[in-house]
Amino acid sequence: MKSFVVHTGLVAPLDRANVDTDAIIPKQFLKSIKRSGFGPNLFDAWRYLDKGEPGMDNTRRPLNPDFVLNAERYRGASVLLARKNFGCGSSREHAPWALDDYGFRCVIAPSFADIFFANCFKNGLLPLVLTESKMDRLFAEAAAFPGYRLTIDLPRQRVVKPDGEEWEFDVDPFRKDCLLNGWDDIGLTLRHADKIRAFEMARRAEQPWLFG
Amino acid sequence: MTGRTLYDKLWDSHVVHAEEDGTALIYIDRHLVHEVTSPQAYEGLRLAGRKPWRTDSIVATADHNTPTRDWAQGIADPVSRMQVETLDANIAASGAKAYFPFRDTRQGIVHVIGPENGATLPGMTVVCGDSHTSTHGAFACLSTGIGTSEVEHVMATQCLLQNKTKNMLVRVDGQLPFGCTAKDIALAVIGKIGTAGGTGHAIEFGGSTIRALSMEGRMTVCNMAIEAGARAGMVAADETTVAYLRGRPFAPKGEMFERAAAYWRTLVSDPDAKFDRVVELNAGEIKPQVTWGTSPEMVTTIEGRVPDPDKERDPARREGIERALVYMGLTPDTAIKDIRIDKVFIGSCTNSRIEDLRAAAWVVQRLGKRVAPGIKVAMVVPGSGLVKRQAESEGLDKVFVAAGFEWREPGCSMCLAMNDDRLEPGERCASTSNRNFEGRQGTGGRTHLVSPAMAAAAAIEGHFVDVRQLA
Repeated sequence: MKSFVVHTGLVAPLDRANVDTDAIIPKQFLKSIKRSGFGPNLFDAWRYLDKGEPGMDNTRRPLNPDFVLNAERYRGASVLLARKNFGCGSSREHAPWALDDYGFRCVIAPSFADIFFANCFKNGLLPLVLTESKMDRLFAEAAAFPGYRLTIDLPRQRVVKPDGEEWEFDVDPFRKDCLLNGWDDIGLTLRHADKIRAFEMARRAEQPWLFG
Repeated sequence: MTGRTLYDKLWDSHVVHAEEDGTALIYIDRHLVHEVTSPQAYEGLRLAGRKPWRTDSIVATADHNTPTRDWAQGIADPVSRMQVETLDANIAASGAKAYFPFRDTRQGIVHVIGPENGATLPGMTVVCGDSHTSTHGAFACLSTGIGTSEVEHVMATQCLLQNKTKNMLVRVDGQLPFGCTAKDIALAVIGKIGTAGGTGHAIEFGGSTIRALSMEGRMTVCNMAIEAGARAGMVAADETTVAYLRGRPFAPKGEMFERAAAYWRTLVSDPDAKFDRVVELNAGEIKPQVTWGTSPEMVTTIEGRVPDPDKERDPARREGIERALVYMGLTPDTAIKDIRIDKVFIGSCTNSRIEDLRAAAWVVQRLGKRVAPGIKVAMVVPGSGLVKRQAESEGLDKVFVAAGFEWREPGCSMCLAMNDDRLEPGERCASTSNRNFEGRQGTGGRTHLVSPAMAAAAAIEGHFVDVRQLA
């Protein structure tokens, strides 16, 4: 997994609540057996005017001029501002894969759906929670100042604004360590292989009907 | 020691290791696998030179991409076919306790086949790369949907890294009115607490109404816990649970069953257990539910009307309503009963079990008419091959077909429209599935979530009707 330490990037605002993973990456693109290549279909139904299908040449499709990510000023954005309950719905990890493939490194929202939140950490994508009032300020400032950039400093757990103001954010210490170091969860867990085996043996003795 | 909730008990009995910050390694007993969220996990294992830890925990099927008709012709879409064949190859290479491939008589929706085969048992941890894994909590197990990286993690280590969530009790008491079902309970709960109401919580559904539900009904309620934001929903074990499991193919047999059942009966919250949040509903006040918007919380009753955004004071909510009404092609204050529909879908992991099909068929017979002329297609998609066979043995298929419904092969079908069953832009559907998100049932499609009885009645009348009048 790629690590996340300090990131500075252009900010794009997606001003709607309850953005679900069907909207982030529609189901017709889940037929791929790969982890990459989902970026061109991120927010497909909102981003393009035609109906997207796998295998289309996305560079030739008509863009929806009203969709925020299509605005010239947000080209190359790597920090996404979102509203509450971002990533609700399906467990598809294709959603963080699509965000990552598009170029986002961090999504900032007042709340996230649980499965999406967990999936982000497995892909070097930081889901960051700030209060509604702080989100309102970020949305207003990102709209007011073209080229608005934020720095996300994970070691210090700070969002640094262009005016120098810093906001602290929370992150689970274990997840933070994994992100900072780009650690592979599986490798970490397998350090406890003996404990897992011992647990399994005891369980097999107690509830043999769960095995075989 | 203070009392523990069912969730606390399930959690405590599966902790293998805990980090200082509380992140725990949780042992996984059952891993359900399907074709959409597993290929990248198997590929990851191969690239890292890892083998699955315990393949006898894996029960797999192909459901999301499979067609629901013309099975003899196979899967026409090459991309879908590749995904299903990839699962065939992965299972052939690494093994599983059971695999029900495309066209197998026991194939079906992963959340239907697990319970009906007795592969989901009380006290288990159950995971699947699918958010509706919450369904299995109906059996007093801790069941959660996971992402593909977690699928790979469980395959490689038999464990999942989890942080313990808070406890929520949704208590439903009283007699459900005639015509109201588990689906109406689920939608009423979501209407009350919202789609993020259960975020960060495991929800236990309790109370006399839940106790009185069949296992099928409990599965419907737990299935939609994720629509309330909760990764896990659950119901305490009781004699209904035990009776359902007796004789199922993968359930323990004979003396072992009795030993297991004795343990299962302990899987209840202690009387003095503390919940972080309690939500109460009076079942007697529940009415048939119909969603009008693009989120399951945008729900009202059959007596209701489409809301008027101008009457909403909160600007964010008003904007949400306005956007939803534009997408749904609805005018404020329209009576729900006046909404005409184009297609009907009876199926999905929420409502495709035998009880659901019986309810729908009963309504069709009671109304004694054919599907309304304006309906382009009304399809019934059983949850599994076994459900299909059971329904056919009861003659339900004949009831549906005689009334003009299409009787299909099992699969996820138009719940998420990964196969050919889908809505065209602008088409409006009465659907027994779980999500009315934009584009969920097809780009531009408009979904109204209802119970099987309500969907069947809407198919016959061409618009939503109150099934309570059929009493």
